[in-house]
Amino acid sequence: MVLNSKIPEGPIQQKWDNHRFNIKLVNAANKRKYTVIVVGTGLAGSSAAASLAELGYNVISLCYHESPRRAHSIAAQGGINAPKNYKNDGDSIWRLFYDTVKGGDYRAREANVYRLAQVSGNIIDQCVAQGVPFGREYGGLLGNRSFGGAQVSRTFYARGQTGQQLLLGAYGAFSRQINSGRIKFYGRREMLDLILIENQARGIVARNLETGALESYVADAVILATGGYGNTFYLATMAKYSNATAIWKAHKKGALFGNPCFTQIHPTCIPLSSDYQSKLTLMSESLRNDGRIWVPKKSGDVRNPKDIPEDERDYYLERMYPSFGNLVPRDVASRRAKEMCDKGFGVGSTGLAVYLDFADTINRNGKPWVEEKYGNLFDMYHEITAENAYQTPMRIYPAVHYTMGGLWVDYNLMTTIPGLYTLGEANFSDHGANRLGASALMQGLADGYFIIPYTIGDYLASNKFPAVKTDHISFKESGKKIDETINQLLSIKGKRTVDELHKRLGKVMYDYCGMARNEAGLKKALELIPQLREEFYKDVIVPGTADSFNPELEKAVRALDYFEIAELMVTDALHREESCGGHLREEYQTEDGEAKRNDDKYSYVAAWEYKGNGLKWDLNKEPLTFEYVKPSTRSYK
Amino acid sequence: MNFKLKIWRQYDRNSKGKFAVYNVTDISPDMSFLEMLDAVNRNLAKKSEDVIAFDHDCREGICGSCGLYIDGRAHGPQRGVTTCELRMRHFKDGGTIIVEPWHSKAFPVIKDLVVDRTAFERIIQAGGYISVDTGSAPEASSLPVPKANAEEAMDAAACIGCGACVAACKNSSAMLFMSAKVSQLALLPQGDPERKRRVQKMVETMDREGFGLCSNTYACEQECPKKISVSHIARMNREFIRAKLF
Repeated sequence: MVLNSKIPEGPIQQKWDNHRFNIKLVNAANKRKYTVIVVGTGLAGSSAAASLAELGYNVISLCYHESPRRAHSIAAQGGINAPKNYKNDGDSIWRLFYDTVKGGDYRAREANVYRLAQVSGNIIDQCVAQGVPFGREYGGLLGNRSFGGAQVSRTFYARGQTGQQLLLGAYGAFSRQINSGRIKFYGRREMLDLILIENQARGIVARNLETGALESYVADAVILATGGYGNTFYLATMAKYSNATAIWKAHKKGALFGNPCFTQIHPTCIPLSSDYQSKLTLMSESLRNDGRIWVPKKSGDVRNPKDIPEDERDYYLERMYPSFGNLVPRDVASRRAKEMCDKGFGVGSTGLAVYLDFADTINRNGKPWVEEKYGNLFDMYHEITAENAYQTPMRIYPAVHYTMGGLWVDYNLMTTIPGLYTLGEANFSDHGANRLGASALMQGLADGYFIIPYTIGDYLASNKFPAVKTDHISFKESGKKIDETINQLLSIKGKRTVDELHKRLGKVMYDYCGMARNEAGLKKALELIPQLREEFYKDVIVPGTADSFNPELEKAVRALDYFEIAELMVTDALHREESCGGHLREEYQTEDGEAKRNDDKYSYVAAWEYKGNGLKWDLNKEPLTFEYVKPSTRSYK
Repeated sequence: MNFKLKIWRQYDRNSKGKFAVYNVTDISPDMSFLEMLDAVNRNLAKKSEDVIAFDHDCREGICGSCGLYIDGRAHGPQRGVTTCELRMRHFKDGGTIIVEPWHSKAFPVIKDLVVDRTAFERIIQAGGYISVDTGSAPEASSLPVPKANAEEAMDAAACIGCGACVAACKNSSAMLFMSAKVSQLALLPQGDPERKRRVQKMVETMDREGFGLCSNTYACEQECPKKISVSHIARMNREFIRAKLF
């Protein structure tokens, strides 16, 4: 397959403007003749649904929650970037563009990233107008902080609840369109298939999670904004029900999957304490602005951290990276923490943790200052661990947090299936091999508010849409297959619960496809995953019935896809014989243990094409060219 | 730790429910309340019995999905936490714990501990937003907001829409939930053009949805996992009177 990224002509600063002028528009009066399905109501989905409805399109929106406001964007804490340069510290669109391409370790598409930086300022304007209560200075103007590896202060924040506030802003716009009748919202629905008719995405089949009924929805285009696939690892910072099913079904219907192995492991999570734990909790990376990370210099030092004198502590990030210190990008911070623990310097009962210490900041600025900035995070830490982080350092450890990979999309955010778009974390487009802090919220909202409303019009205006109803044979056939799968799951009646099997898959993924990977481990994973999948089909137990509210069945249906996507992630990680961003192959490191890219061989997007039930894939390559940000070795020293 | 659990079981909206008793053993004090229920469900699933349905998702106290009425308290005995954040160390080893869904006429039970909270959606849809189409916003810094107002608006905006306020109120009033949104937008200059219409529409919808009147007991503030203050109810009342009279 030849991948056409459809990057517009012209200098990078003018590409988006040129494109907006050149693409077709749908006449204002004609917009109401089109219907668009939007699956997912996080930042990308709700902003897209609201913006399309405002333009006059009919929107059908679905999500697995009862309310659109509960999507997992709500859990993002730290902030959202925009190069407003309010701090007069040298920020610009160009600098944000540069930082993002470099931060992604030169595995993102320049034109997409530039556009993201360009529209990011508009996002802040939009959110402020919606009443998002961003942090402000005494003069009443908006506050900014430096965040996650940036040397300028460009991050806007609403305490430690930025994602929540941005989502509630978009939810307000969304609710207003429900009220106007242009969004029809269906809650507690899970998309289980994509329907193609004459090679166009024309609808979906979804399960009503309350009644178990399968429902068909028809439209002229379909947008997936269903988030990432990090829950493949079982233990992750994702919401428990956040899942890969929608994008995976689309992948199996022909949408290529881009860079599936690019996973972000976030450095500041509360460490795992025991086997019953159902998820990992992230604490905002903003903590790294004022907390100092250290481990004891002596391996196996079990003294109380307060009793370890200053000169027996290793502030290893400050030591290794004098200019960035504790603010190195996430992949670097995570990898170093793992390395310290692997070498035996880890702390806490499991030895899988490092300290994040606020003592210096509290001495310098006082406890109230820390409370105002981070109070909710300290409270959360206390509730989970029963420790007071004002008195004793926090313990942190990396956890899977974000997936940079996702469905391959062109510049218009359309997948390789005509009429199927993918936004936000669910697509692969903007973050390359590593995402910088405070840029997930930015990308979700850029895609939803400012990109899809233009690009989808071009598709709708340029194509014909034969009349289709929900009684079309494709919907029936799809429903039949889904019924078969569900009945199969219910009839296995084995011995292991979905969680038990899923947890084992997660362990394989953490061990062999986590923060550091190597050929032997990845090959081992490729043996283990099919075995586990087979065991799942033989030994899972799913109680209850198909025609009722059945949480175990929901989990089982989602888990099936994790067992498949895991195999693609490992396949991709094995094929990419280089290290870049979050993908560290142990065989490819510099002498001092930094990721070593191979730009000659791997400067491309790996877009995997599904080739049938034996789980076979063809690799397609979209070459990446860097005209404006010349690839260099990332150095944060 | 070991517990005896009395949990509300109800097959669907139309069935009659009843309490069922489960004994759980080997519970770690660091487990969250939901992880404890996961353990119960694991045992049920192994016996091929229908698991206990409860809403949950983020498990870090922000999505507002979870909400259980535990020993007569919304989100259990701890202040300022959601059910998913609540740890078992706060319960007495060997004791009995009673777990119910939110009870309110406006929140019908869907199954077991899961209730239908879409009445909240309709209150917001009636006007809990600022009408601004994408693209039409002015420059973000063109409208200064005094820091104190911005902070108070943020206090109100922290509402997660879990419904604990309704569950805690003897009148099942949604005043705290609604007032948090009214107050947030009334504190900000952006919200000014629609302030009269907003409060009237939202109050009308709240009444129609079957929520009761404010009981003035402050139970809502006490049980709110985000500690939202009843002062927002006072502001909402002022907004309502202002909208009606002036």
